[in-house]
Amino acid sequence: MNDEFKDLFVDGSNYKTKLTRKFGMRKIKPEVEDPKIIKAFIPGLIKAVYVKEGETVRRGDKLLVLEAMKMENQILSATKGIVKKVNVEVGKVVVKGEILLEIE
Amino acid sequence: MSLREKVFEFFKKKETVLSGGGAKAVEKQISMGKLTARDRITKLLDPGSFHEYDMFVEHKCKDFGMENKQLPGDGVVTGTGTISGHPVCIYAQDFTVAGGSLGYMHARKITKIMDHAMKLGVPIIGINDSGGARIQEGVNSLAGYGEIFYRNTLASGVIPQISVILGPCAGGAVYSPALTDFVFVVDKISKMFITGPEVIKTVLGEEISMEELGGAKIQCEISGNAHFFSESEEECFQQIKRLVTFIPWNNRKKADTFPPKPPKFQYDIEKIIPESPREPYDIRDVIRAVSDDSDFFEIYERWASNLVIGFSRIRGETVGIVANQPFVLAGVLDVDSSDKAARFIRFCDAFNIPLITFVDLPGYLPGVDQEYAGVIRHGAKVLYAYSEAVVPKITIILRKAYGGGYIAMCSRHLGADFVFAWPTAEIAVMGPEGAANIIFKKEIESSSNPEETRKAKVKEYTDKFANPYIAAANGYIDAIIPPRETRDYLIHALSVASRKVEERPQKKHGIPPF
Repeated sequence: MNDEFKDLFVDGSNYKTKLTRKFGMRKIKPEVEDPKIIKAFIPGLIKAVYVKEGETVRRGDKLLVLEAMKMENQILSATKGIVKKVNVEVGKVVVKGEILLEIE
Repeated sequence: MSLREKVFEFFKKKETVLSGGGAKAVEKQISMGKLTARDRITKLLDPGSFHEYDMFVEHKCKDFGMENKQLPGDGVVTGTGTISGHPVCIYAQDFTVAGGSLGYMHARKITKIMDHAMKLGVPIIGINDSGGARIQEGVNSLAGYGEIFYRNTLASGVIPQISVILGPCAGGAVYSPALTDFVFVVDKISKMFITGPEVIKTVLGEEISMEELGGAKIQCEISGNAHFFSESEEECFQQIKRLVTFIPWNNRKKADTFPPKPPKFQYDIEKIIPESPREPYDIRDVIRAVSDDSDFFEIYERWASNLVIGFSRIRGETVGIVANQPFVLAGVLDVDSSDKAARFIRFCDAFNIPLITFVDLPGYLPGVDQEYAGVIRHGAKVLYAYSEAVVPKITIILRKAYGGGYIAMCSRHLGADFVFAWPTAEIAVMGPEGAANIIFKKEIESSSNPEETRKAKVKEYTDKFANPYIAAANGYIDAIIPPRETRDYLIHALSVASRKVEERPQKKHGIPPF
């Protein structure tokens, strides 16, 4: 029976106990999003690209339009800087999490 | 036509309706391992007790060729019957008729039987087995769903509502079970999700099977949408029959009393608790050691199993049990277990079922994922539910009751009527290790042998604070009791509290941290 029990550290003490499946699936370190890397939050189609490499952008400037979920989603810049790399062009189909644009 | 001829004609019409979608559709249903709607009702209800209503209801749709389609009963069977003599209202969607799809009249039959149940004060059981909204009926299907959800809400806390998912239950349809009190699922047969695998594939590009997305195991173990898991429809019906015996017909009654029985002799309470306070044990053994016939009906067994909830009887009366489970995750409180406890406490409060809480927890589960998931918001639900409940509340502290966990698990401060503690109880603001590190920090750091000093200080703290006597000295617990007398104390407390009436400030309703 004892080899089923694992260690769990709570409030300064160590307890021998079973762990749940959901506990095993938890994210231990959450990912912190870098505002300079623009990722697709949903798969979709690039409908428009408003900036070029080398262009200066301010916070809130329109970068691209991603068509998904029956909407034309405006992707805005979260930070000011210079466009370092544009990875997409109009008509490209992107997957979730794909890096669309990088700012420095 | 003579009387006899008319009656004969009626029986012929009835036979057509009873055959549902026809022999071929019925064959397909059975080949998928599922029973037909009427079979399910007859198996669940007492033999011969089922009376069907609205058999001849027909749909009114004239679009998309529907005017030429005959849908017997419009795809749902409704009526009344009894389970172990308890009257119930029941509806079962008929997958053999247009895939059990919900059209306006189909929904009308359901809302009619729900209104019936509300007026008559009897539980409503819904067997879901449907492809979803009948697309041909357009917005009328949505209207149908809306009317059902509204009634689920109005009935909530008035009559017990039970949902049985015996097939697909997808999209909007799945909100009806979500609003009901108990959801039953069967392995490989039940499927519940908002957006199905096809939509997820198209929109998000992620591949997942129906079973992995919303099958019975997922709903019971991961998402917590289903309360009871079974391997077959028959097993499911046995579970429902058992549940119904523990709960009252409506909120104006108490659950039926049964002849009192002593616990089974093999559950010796003093042998269950291990010698070391850090060693785990199964709290369900303790529950069985104090319950009539050692019969404990667990709810939500597979989800948030670090907290145990369920029904049992003490001297013949139903009681609701909430208990930390040291066997799993050391019995901590976390996001899921808080939700689990809070909803159950509110059900017991709504239906006049006394609450018995067994406490043995080291605190809340630490972790960034817990904090980000809102363990603060969710943990607050337990405090809210306990404070608001006016049914008799009896708490027994078995071992650890530290910090916020001590407060949350129905402490005297949240309005518990009786708080008992075993001599092994450790009621303190923190565990000895954590507390010693903080209080004696300077002493430990400045000593010549920090580890030795720390151990000595932990022992000092343990001896002084890790016991029930300080809480007893303050009157926060009513009595320290020897474990073998636990059942006697429970029997006495329940009997003294049986006529309890408690008022709450006048208000439309509170605002729980939903």
